[in-house]
Order: sequence, then C-alpha cells, then structure tokens
Amino acid sequence: MSKIVVDPITRIEGHLRVEAEVSGGKVSDAWVSGTMFRGIEKILQGRDPRDAWYWTQRFCGVCTTVHSIASIRAVEDALKIKIPPNAQLIRNIIIAIQNTQDHVIHFYHLHALDWVDITSGLKADPVKTAQLAASVSDWPNNSPTYFKGVQDRIKAFVASGRLGPFANAYWGHPAYRLPPEANLMATAHYLEALEWQKEIIKIHAILGSKNPHPQTFLVGGMAIPVDPDSQNALNADKLIEIKRLLKKAQDFVEKVYIPDLLAVASFYKEWAGIGAGVGNYMCYPEFPDAAGNPWLPGGAILNRDISKVAALDQKKIAEHVAHSWYQDADQGKGLHPWEGSTEANYTGPKPPYEFLETDKKYSWVKAPRYDEKPMEVGPLSRVLVAYVSGHKETKEAVDMVLGKLGVGPEALFSTLGRTGARGIDCLLIARQAPKWLDELIGNISKGDYRIHGNEMWDPATWPAEAHGYGWHEAPRGGLGHWIKIKDQKILNYQAVVPSTWNASPRDAKGQPGPYEAALVGTPIADPEKPLEILRTIHSFDPCLACAVHVLDATGRQVVSVKAS
Amino acid sequence: MSKTNTEPVTGRQGGCGQKQEYSLAELLKERGVSRRDFLKFCSTITAALALPVSFAPSIARALDEVKRPPLVWLEFQGCTGDSEALLRSANPTVGEIVLDILSVDYHETIMAAAGHQAEAALDQTIAEFKGKYFCVIEGAIPMKDGGVYGCVGGKSHLERARQVAGGAAATIAIGTCASYGGIPAAAPNPTGAVGVQEAVPGATVINLPGCPCNADNLTATVVHYLVFGKIPALDSHGRPLFAYGKRIHDNCERRPHFDAGQYVEYWGDDGHRKGFCLYKMGCKGPATFHNCPSQRYNEKVSWPVGAGHPCVGCAEPNFWDTMTPMYRRLPNVPGFGIEHTADIIGLGLAAGAAGAFAVHGALAAMRKDKEPGEDSKEG
Repeated sequence: MSKIVVDPITRIEGHLRVEAEVSGGKVSDAWVSGTMFRGIEKILQGRDPRDAWYWTQRFCGVCTTVHSIASIRAVEDALKIKIPPNAQLIRNIIIAIQNTQDHVIHFYHLHALDWVDITSGLKADPVKTAQLAASVSDWPNNSPTYFKGVQDRIKAFVASGRLGPFANAYWGHPAYRLPPEANLMATAHYLEALEWQKEIIKIHAILGSKNPHPQTFLVGGMAIPVDPDSQNALNADKLIEIKRLLKKAQDFVEKVYIPDLLAVASFYKEWAGIGAGVGNYMCYPEFPDAAGNPWLPGGAILNRDISKVAALDQKKIAEHVAHSWYQDADQGKGLHPWEGSTEANYTGPKPPYEFLETDKKYSWVKAPRYDEKPMEVGPLSRVLVAYVSGHKETKEAVDMVLGKLGVGPEALFSTLGRTGARGIDCLLIARQAPKWLDELIGNISKGDYRIHGNEMWDPATWPAEAHGYGWHEAPRGGLGHWIKIKDQKILNYQAVVPSTWNASPRDAKGQPGPYEAALVGTPIADPEKPLEILRTIHSFDPCLACAVHVLDATGRQVVSVKAS
Repeated sequence: MSKTNTEPVTGRQGGCGQKQEYSLAELLKERGVSRRDFLKFCSTITAALALPVSFAPSIARALDEVKRPPLVWLEFQGCTGDSEALLRSANPTVGEIVLDILSVDYHETIMAAAGHQAEAALDQTIAEFKGKYFCVIEGAIPMKDGGVYGCVGGKSHLERARQVAGGAAATIAIGTCASYGGIPAAAPNPTGAVGVQEAVPGATVINLPGCPCNADNLTATVVHYLVFGKIPALDSHGRPLFAYGKRIHDNCERRPHFDAGQYVEYWGDDGHRKGFCLYKMGCKGPATFHNCPSQRYNEKVSWPVGAGHPCVGCAEPNFWDTMTPMYRRLPNVPGFGIEHTADIIGLGLAAGAAGAFAVHGALAAMRKDKEPGEDSKEG
C-alpha cells in the first residue's frame, strides 16, 4: 500500500489537494482538502445587505453569477420582496447562459484532457477525422482541410519545443483509449470552444455590463433598464443580438458538445462502473417563471433509489467541522446555517509539509449534511431528480443519451454518468433559454418596462430584524445562502456551496464526502501518474474558492463600516 | 524598435536545445492569421496604451521579433476571475495567440499537468529563465499565522510568491486582490491578506487592479514591456498611467447628464431608461481612476455605467472598505476638477483619514458629510 498526493489538482477553480492510499492497483481510501481560506462571510458582517451580492460574487470568478443570484434571493426572501417579471426573466437568461458556457468550458478545457491525448492527434489522418466527425454531426467545420489546419497548428506548436500549459502532462498514459482521429477531433473543438465561449457570454455584457463578474444585480430586481425607445436601455437591437448569441450557444451544444461527449464516452464505458460516490443526490428547484413556479424541480434521491424523490426541508441542512480547520462549536452535531458558529483554527502541519494529518482535521472545506447524510449535488443530481420527477424534456434527453450508449439508468451513478449528465443539463438549458427571451420580448411588447420594485429599496422601510435564505442551482449544483439582518445590516451570512457539499471532508461520524467516496475503487495504472484520480475528481467540476468560507456568529462586528 | 529593446525577454537560445524558435510573425502566418488582422490588433493595442496611432507600426515591428517569452501565472487568495477575464480578452484570435506566444508555462486553471509534474514545470521555467520570465499573480497573499491560510503543493502562498516573483523580470499583480489585498483584506482582514508588492518588497511589480482586471490592460502592459523594454510609467498606487491615469467621471459617457443635473432617482425610472447620471444611486466614478469608459469589456460591448449600474470603484486600493456601502452617494463630488490626478484625490482621502485608522477613517469621514444629494444639485 502506498499513499500518493496530488497537489495542486489543476484544471479546476481554486486550491484542491488529494491524498489517496493505493492498494492492489486501486484507490483504497482518499482524503480531499481545500487548502485556501479567505473568510469572506466574516468580512460581510455589519455591511449593507444590498451589497452582499457584490461581495459574495467574489467567492468565485468562474461561476461568476451564482452567488449574486443566491444572495439577492436570500435578501428578497428575508424582506419579502417580490420582483417584476422582466427581472425574473432576465435572471433566467443570465443563469442559463452561465450554465451553458460553464459546462462547455468544463468539458473541453478542464475535463477533456483526462480522456483526450492531444499528442496522439498528431498521428491522425485528417480525411478519416473528417469522416468520423461527419458521422456524428453536420457541423460545418467537418472538413479534411479544417482538421489538417488544426493538426498543422499543433505540430508547429510542438516543434517550437515549448509546450506551455501542455508540458509535463500524462500524454501516452495507458488509460488513454481514443484513436488518433477522435483525439484530433476533440482537440480541434477544444480550440473552437475557446473562441465560442468568449462570444456567447457577451449576453452577460449586454444584460449586465461585463463578464466575468457582471455588475447588474439588485435586491428587488435588475439594473439593466428596459425601453425599446432608448439607446441606453434593453431595446430591440440588443434583444436580437441576445437571440443570435443564444442560437449560437444552442447550435454548438447540439452539434459539437453532445456529439463529442457521446463519441468520447463510447470509448470509456467502463467508467460507467467507476466513481459512484455517496449515492445520495440533491438539487433545489430552479428557473422560476413570472409567477415563481420552477421549470426544473428540486428534491432528493437517497441510496440510488430512483423510484421516488423526497421533498426538501431547508431545516435539515447542517454543517459539520469535525475534520475541518475550525473551532468545534457544534459538539459534533453540525449547525444549521442560520445558527452556524465557526472560527478558523488551523491545526494542520506547518508549511512546507508533505502530508496532512488526515486522521484529524485536514481541510478548510466544511462538511454539510442533509438529514445527517452526505449529498452529491451538481448536474447529475439535477438530471436525476428531474428524470425521476417525470420532467418531460429531461426524460427525453436522458433516454436519448442512454439509448445511444446502450446503457441503463444505473450507468448514471458513476464518473462517466456525472460527465454525461452535465451534457444533458447543458443541452436542456441551452434549448430552453430562447423561450425565456421570447417571454421577455412579449412582456416588453405589452408595455411592461419594470425591472425593479423600488418599494423596499430604502433600508428605512425594513423590519428591525429579518432572516431568509436563497436557493439557486449553479452549474456545479445546489447553492444556498442564508442571511440574518438586524438594524439594516448583516448580522450573519452563510453560504452552503455546491463544492462544499461535494468536496466535504469526513463528518463527526466519519462519513466521507462525495469526492472521497467516489475515489475509492478508482483504478490506478501508474501511481506516479494518477490520471484516473483526475477523471473522477474533474467529473464533479470542483470549484474550491466557492467551497471554503466561514462566518463568525460570536465574533467582532465590522464596527467602522456601520452606516451613520 | 531595435532588437536590443526586446532582449530581456527573448534570450531563449541556449537552454532550449534543438528547439526551433518561432517569432510572432512566423507563428501568426503558421496559424493562418493575416497580416491585416495582426496590424489591426497592433492598432487596438496602441489605443489601449493611449499612444498615438503612429506608434502602431513600431509595435508591429517589435512584436515581429518577439520569441515566446515565458510567463508563469500563480493564483493565491483569488476567485479565478482574472483568469476568466483573460479567456474573454478582446481581439480573441490574435490576443489568444499573443498569450500563447508568451509560452504560458504554468497556470493551474488551464494546464494539463497536475501534482508534482505541474510543480516541476514551474521549477524548470523559473530556473531556466531566471530574471527573464514574466510572473502574473492573481489573488492576495495571506501573511497571518505563518501563511497557513493558503497552500499549494504543501507550500505557503508567501513562500511561492517570494520564490517566483523574486526571480521574474517583472511581476504583474492582476486584479485588486493581488494589487492591494482586495476582498480578503477587507476589514477585519481575517487572514492578514496583502498585495504582492507588500508581500515581496524587492520585486518589480506592476499593479493592474479592477475586479476583475480588464484583460485588454494586461495585454497592453505586456506589449508595452516587449516594445519599450521597460515597464510603463506608474502612479503612486503602482498602476500604469496609460490605463489608470484618468478619472472615470471625466471620461464617462453620462457626464453631460451630471453637468446638466439629470440624475437617475430610482431603478427603472425615466432617467434610468434614458441613460442619465448614476451619481445619486451611489456611483463611485468621481473617485475612481480606470479606463473603463473607453476600453469597456468583452470586446467593448459594455461597462457597468453603460449598462445602468453605478461604478463601485473596484480599481481603487481598499475600495471594499472606502467605497462601500455601494449605493451610498459620494460626498462633495462637484469639488473635484478634471485636472486632479489619482494622487491628489488620494491625498485628499488620506487627509480625511487623519486621526482615525486609515481605511475606515476615510469612510467615516465621508459619511460625516452632509447628504451629498444636496451638493449634486449645484452641478
């Protein structure tokens, strides 16, 4: 038995470390650690709740809209604020394109190199590559000339002798299975997706000034004015540009991402039996219509039982710190986010270190549990809950993918299932987004230009005390923000984030988190080059800056920031 | 531009064995980028650098000779927002190639290698190109408790910053966190977060604040170094004057409405729809030095004020404490003249802080002023 360390885990957001015991060519146990801490929730105390979306947006610059959405929803819930239909629809479009762009970037730029050997593509026959591409999609770039051009570019790059970000990777590893033509096809689309993502995310710039970190969210609505007769507002010109970009997004997902995903998956079907994880799946309802009814359902599936979906109760969420670097204020029971009391207390080895003390505290990530159980969140949970709930579009998309791969629904409980579900999720949302735009256009046509309620903008109109929570399905899964407001200022703020659920360390009962559980049983062909660990970890799409956070219910207030 | 100017970052021969050296011009040709597109890019960069158009051919000549100087990108207490900004940089095709030309030897978000193989790539570059590579740092550096609040590969952020920035030709602190500590350094600064210059005093640091930084300003800074062989002129906060030399308020497309006394009074009102001034909604443009109004974001699609939200002052040191609450009006704005630089206004804020502890003192001083809405009527 040997213990291996992978740190940094690259091609993720943030700082993640894996320590794994390998025995008999497989991972026998694993510990996952978030190694960076900022304490933003502590910094939030005493500040204006209307500013919280802007602060919490900086939890993460990759999922750059998600904390803003959860934050304004939490404050609106606390203050019982209703938002106008235009604001709801604009938010849905912003969420949808964030999700679409994020999933495609994840597949090509963060995850693909676990399955695709770029160097093998140099040996590919461009004519055969074009034939392969044409057999899975009618994308206009499927020509031998196009693939020859890409291959020549890669050859020139390799000949320069400086591989830049592609140096020192696991090229030639025995776990790579794709034929050279499939590798070249995926490499070409890696480059194409890089161009595409810059274009389609301009929707955020049109609706919200810029991306990353769009600056447009408001408690009570949105800041982008709507007026077809103004050049300084959302007018016909801008709406049509959004329509064009949504079409471009949908086309790429349908004609490049999904065919590539299916083509790659067909060579790695054994990964439908690896990386199952904790077997409990949870997601929140998302994409409310003008009346607040969600397009995608929320719920929980326990022990892989896809005969039923349990309704959620936010009171059953608690965070544990038994193995996290915080003071134990919870007596091993875990605390609900409104009551959370955590204080940074690093007890790990002094850097530089070789190994963490994995039998004690070993991560800045806390361990959230639902009804005492570790839960996996993310596209797979979203797709499973919608599938079991009988959501029509989801059912059709899931059955299409399972049918093409010739596998049953049980294949979803795996590393490959997670990666496949992300594609399904992306496809569904990319197809739905134009409908919200049409609704927005319809509403504007009726003369409704409202983007904000304004009634409760002035904090003087607020109750002395209020508390609320906001849920959001981020690309990486269920995100919740919980807020307590007192005297117009933030008293407590707590975010329970997708990667906190998934990257959680063990809890007081010793139950491992989803990454840790999923790694057990992962085959390792070469402990020096643990490519297989990256596959399973990346299948969750880790986002560690989001995952690590803390509040201090008993601590100091930011006295000097009190409004006068 | 003469070859001498680019030498500090092009001395790649020796150490590279039999590898071929490609100049930017050759690589562009290789990649099917037309000369015309390349020259267009040079013109855009010239504009970003606030240089006369006549400089564009010189920039093109200098870039022609550049041979992929190495760049390593470290992320510490950050959110990856600046890396994402880089992915959206303007002039996508050529901008991408320029960054590729830079041979990005280490960037955790995009690199294929992981674990000790990734660390080895970094070690190799900083040893082989000592004194010649660029370093870009994203995120703040936690100084408290021996640096335990941020580690990569078991090493503290501080240790890595000293090692990597210490040996670089120049270090670019990208974003407000790397420049000044940013959000983790906001009160009460739980981890003792600071910017790169404070953590590594001996390093040559260029600050490119903004939340996130506008990637056009990053590209322009690198090009400036390649073309002129030196770092651009900086203000007292370490920011290049070409990008941070002018106040947002003085270049704002909505300035005429400020001067005419036409303000947004509430969200979605007639003034908001017509693009009136956002000063009364809390805009920090009058106290912020950044080229957002001209450079804009996402290939010049928009910028915060252009999309109806106030500027929050994200390029200013300590804006998280001095410029919040976000929707509170700045006091005494009409008193600032267009001739004022960031340094003068910065001094003004500092004077307001006298007797109090710096950051919060400035804020408190602002808040003791009368309701600024009254002042605005004078404008």
